[in-house]
Amino acid sequence: MSLEAQLRPRPLSPHLAIYRRTMTMMMSIVHRLTGTALYFGMLLLTWWLIAAAEGQKSYQLFESWIGSAAGKFILLCYTWALIHHLLGGLRHFAWDIGQGFDLPTANLMARATLIGSVILTVLVWTIGIWVRGAL
Amino acid sequence: MKDMRTPLSRVRGLGSAKTGTRDFWIQRLTAAANVPLALFLITSLVALMGADYATVRSYLGNPLVAIPMLLLVLSGTLHMRIGMQVILEDYVHQPGLKVVSLALNNFFSAVVAISGVYAALKIGIQS
Repeated sequence: MSLEAQLRPRPLSPHLAIYRRTMTMMMSIVHRLTGTALYFGMLLLTWWLIAAAEGQKSYQLFESWIGSAAGKFILLCYTWALIHHLLGGLRHFAWDIGQGFDLPTANLMARATLIGSVILTVLVWTIGIWVRGAL
Repeated sequence: MKDMRTPLSRVRGLGSAKTGTRDFWIQRLTAAANVPLALFLITSLVALMGADYATVRSYLGNPLVAIPMLLLVLSGTLHMRIGMQVILEDYVHQPGLKVVSLALNNFFSAVVAISGVYAALKIGIQS
């Protein structure tokens, strides 16, 4: 620790556990969680692209994994995380231009990200199953 | 004026002297790019659900797909690298562990970026 830091300690990040849970706070946490999930989810996208690039045999390995119940569940979670993070990002754009800081709007946007992400995920998968025939 | 900080705050050694503004701006730029690119990815996933190898190959080999896919890989990895760095800087306080985790974040993001670019280019060129 530097001398300055010992003399004047820097403020710490908020202690998360001491606050009453609010909708905006939970959606802020979920934004970080979905971001982290998408961070590792990029491995899935990379695997898909490499499998497709390397030929039929490597693609079959990927396909058998993603086509399994666990694979489908992870893909479902991935699409939800992506949509939630995208909607959360739009909320951040509103804040970046100085809009939506009042409590009613902030709460409304927080609810909209959660409800919207669930509805859109269901919609995307319904269309996907409908277009492709079977799951 | 080279420095926005007061002489007193400079003496105390407080305040950032790093490159946070640049990261902040790149995070917003890539976020904006990721909105249409994420919609493109979701559309692709839906369109290819349960598709066979030949269909996937010809889809990914189309320049109108390969180029957005390359943009997605680059914009996505830039965005996730900065995002993870913010999380690590918030929660990892031990100096040694902090440096190691920040380095690993950079390595991971670079490997994912280059692998994705390699694969998307290979499919595009072979098509």
